[in-house]
Amino acid sequence: MKIGFYPGCSLEGSSREYAESLRAIAPALGIELEELNEWSCCGASSAHALNHTLATALPARILAQAEHQHLEELLVPCAACYSRLISAKDALAKDTVLRKEVAASFTLPYTGATAVRNILDVLTQALTPAVTSKLPNTFSHKVACYYGCLLVRPPSITHESRYEDPTAMDDLMKKIGATPLAWGMKTECCGAALSITRTDMVGELCGRILEDAVARGAEAIIVACPMCHSNLDMRRAAIEEKTGKEFSIPILYITQAIGIALGVDPEQLGLQRHFVHVAVRGKAKG
Amino acid sequence: MSRIGVFICHCGENISSTVDCEQVSKACATIPGVAHSVDYKYMCSDPGQSLIREAIKEKNLTGVVVAACSPRMHEPTFRRVCAESGLNPFLCEMANLREQCSWVHPKEARTTEKAIDIVSMLVEKVKRNKPLYPINVPVTKTALVIGGGIAGIQAALDIANARQKVILVERDPSIGGHMSQLSETFPTLDCSQCILTPRMVEAAQHPNITLYTYSEVESLAGFIGNFTARIRKKARSVDEKLCTGCGECATACPIKKIPSEFNTGLGMRSAIYVPFPQAVPNKPVIDRTKCTYFLKGKCKFCESKCPANAIRFDQQDEFIDVQVGSVVVATGFNIKETSFFPEYGYGVYKDVITGLQFERILSASGPTLGEVKRPSDGTTPKKIVFIACAGSRDPAKGIEYCSKICCMYTAKHAMLYKHKVHDADAYVFYMDIRAAGKGYDEFVRRAIEEDHVQYIRGRVSRVYERNGKLIVKGADTLLGAQPVEIEADMVVLATASVANEGAEALAQALHVSYDGHRFFSEAHPKLRPVETNTAGIFLAGACQAPKDIPESVGQASAAASKVIGLFSSDELTREPVIAVVNRTAPPVYSTCVGCFLCFTACPYGAIGPEEIKGRDGAVLKTVANVNPGLCQGCGTCVAFCRSRSIDLQGFTHDQMYAEVMELFA
Repeated sequence: MKIGFYPGCSLEGSSREYAESLRAIAPALGIELEELNEWSCCGASSAHALNHTLATALPARILAQAEHQHLEELLVPCAACYSRLISAKDALAKDTVLRKEVAASFTLPYTGATAVRNILDVLTQALTPAVTSKLPNTFSHKVACYYGCLLVRPPSITHESRYEDPTAMDDLMKKIGATPLAWGMKTECCGAALSITRTDMVGELCGRILEDAVARGAEAIIVACPMCHSNLDMRRAAIEEKTGKEFSIPILYITQAIGIALGVDPEQLGLQRHFVHVAVRGKAKG
Repeated sequence: MSRIGVFICHCGENISSTVDCEQVSKACATIPGVAHSVDYKYMCSDPGQSLIREAIKEKNLTGVVVAACSPRMHEPTFRRVCAESGLNPFLCEMANLREQCSWVHPKEARTTEKAIDIVSMLVEKVKRNKPLYPINVPVTKTALVIGGGIAGIQAALDIANARQKVILVERDPSIGGHMSQLSETFPTLDCSQCILTPRMVEAAQHPNITLYTYSEVESLAGFIGNFTARIRKKARSVDEKLCTGCGECATACPIKKIPSEFNTGLGMRSAIYVPFPQAVPNKPVIDRTKCTYFLKGKCKFCESKCPANAIRFDQQDEFIDVQVGSVVVATGFNIKETSFFPEYGYGVYKDVITGLQFERILSASGPTLGEVKRPSDGTTPKKIVFIACAGSRDPAKGIEYCSKICCMYTAKHAMLYKHKVHDADAYVFYMDIRAAGKGYDEFVRRAIEEDHVQYIRGRVSRVYERNGKLIVKGADTLLGAQPVEIEADMVVLATASVANEGAEALAQALHVSYDGHRFFSEAHPKLRPVETNTAGIFLAGACQAPKDIPESVGQASAAASKVIGLFSSDELTREPVIAVVNRTAPPVYSTCVGCFLCFTACPYGAIGPEEIKGRDGAVLKTVANVNPGLCQGCGTCVAFCRSRSIDLQGFTHDQMYAEVMELFA
């Protein structure tokens, strides 16, 4: 499967291990990633809070670039970027006036031909029985799958029917031998961009998520969003201050968990880059 | 030559304040064929009517145009006046000068011109009117009531008590419907079964009611006064005449772990069973999908224990054709499944249940004998959260309409729970409290003020389990959407009321219309709420829309009164405004070419083929034929007909074109 790849800023910076692990597992899953040329900012957090036209124009430019590159599909691993791209696409399909305004702001033509796909969707398609039957390791751990807010919402755009109780990540975890736990924080807020301005609030919100996962015996939390990852992984000091508890539970990208099952070298998956030490490993099948 | 009389009404000042009635009258007098034209202050008054009567006689009029208000208002009045004067009433037409002219235009010359145009058009129509005669249809004085819930029972009893015959058909093994499953009823808290079961027995024993339980209506043919219904009496596998209802068979049955439909899966039943102790009739059925004998070919424990030798393994479904004059549809509702709310954990956590299940828990005849116990471990819950609108008024996930009964039953649930478990806490998450009804709001206030049920205005986002408790996460929107988290022992979901299973198929079999939610449609939302668009078929209860018991009973009695009214005479008289297929001289016989496009056009199934035969009996031509009993005069077939062979009596092509051409003359 050849697919366009839009990394976005996080995957080049704070969550570079998300990109590294994705690139590391792609060949084994038969995914050929073609990175988008000259990709630009999706406008997440800042633009869409301030200027609707700009917030639509930024993703539209990215999509126009994808069309220019003849990409039928574009994989957008970052949940925030994904949300911005599908929201812009949806707005442009519905609003012809906005479409004209946006078209005036860049030179490439935009038709909306490129399909935007999120990481869960692509991995669900790629992790076929043929692939899972040949996995060298099982990821035999109890995990709490954390979806956050943007991966499956808003339902009017994502058309996800179980947007309050999604199961795609849980299903993927089962495929690599993990035990996904039923828990209550699947789609609760992690605090997102308040990480910078109100770290204390992020500490409280993330504290609840960690507490619930740990109380249910989770050995790892699996995420698919750079923002969720950095809040849960990096803000441990704030979390500990709020909860008065110490947590050692690691936060893994879904691509890293699959990478472990595929037997990819931990360094290549970027496991060493986390703030919280990742001790979970795969168990050789046999 | 026509001799038309034109009568212009001032309607007090309603017409004359903007239309110059005298000028209209003068102008109309000059129309060829008009023999008499006059204006008067109130044409509908006694002196006004006399003007018409006298003119018909003196001027020997062949047609009458009354230019006044809407025909909806006074057409019957003026047609009666004509009939009394010896003129066929269908030679009288009304020109609507009030609603369509004087009320909607200012006083100016053009308004009077328009009035003249309207009257002129009607004059041209009346010139082409033909005498029509009402259609008489015989009436079979037996009513078919479909559905044996409280609505069906009430309708059947009312009709039967008016000395008319009723056939009551119920799909389940017993009559009683949802009401038999309920504990106490709002707003009086009287026991549901205590008030229902006497009615059930009365219906079963009534000399004018024939009861078919475990039976379904397969098809309905015919028209008002003259329907033929085919009833499938499903094989009970028990001879009802011999069975004494002793219950030995159910005791003997080795298969006892089947979730009971009556107890909403909270209790168990055997393969041969009576759904509940007060069932009517108190005769068991064998569930052939669960019975060991039907699955594996041996067992017959029930047969060996039956003292009356009433078990019949070889019984077949029976088909019964009945003639009925009218039908009351009372097939009730169901509750929506909960799969579209996975975050509430129904089906995952045993202690998250539906409102109907909680009714069974509260009911003295229920699986816990009326004690409030958790389905998971049988302990008494100390804290229950009730979630209202679990699916209703939710266009995104559920249904957009209000299920109407949930606000009341949720208040009742919380109240009864507090009455039964004194130290308990009851919480209700709600959107709005809709308690319109006699004594309803007082009832909700009582739950809040006297029984201290805690009402939280807000939605629940998620229910999940933690350390044996159900964590209910929601928001209190009266406190600025402040997050609320309640550790509950049990959660009760007020799931939406939806149309019953099979509603769509039944509607199609009966030829009645239904809405987007598969509820049956009434003929008019305000003025004809119990009629359907198919004459002779009426609606009662929650098959039309969600309803509580008083409303269902009220509508059932209303439907019954319509049936009784229909049965009050031996023949039905109908307006002759129906479609007819033309007939011409041989060798054409009719311009109808037999394409039968009109079959597909007719919403009432009123059109069928007719063979035109010669003297020797040979078929000369097959043409369309409109059944006058079924035709509702909608005119759809007229528009469809490619050879212009169908005309609507009273609104023929000839009449309509003459009207329109007059406008452009």
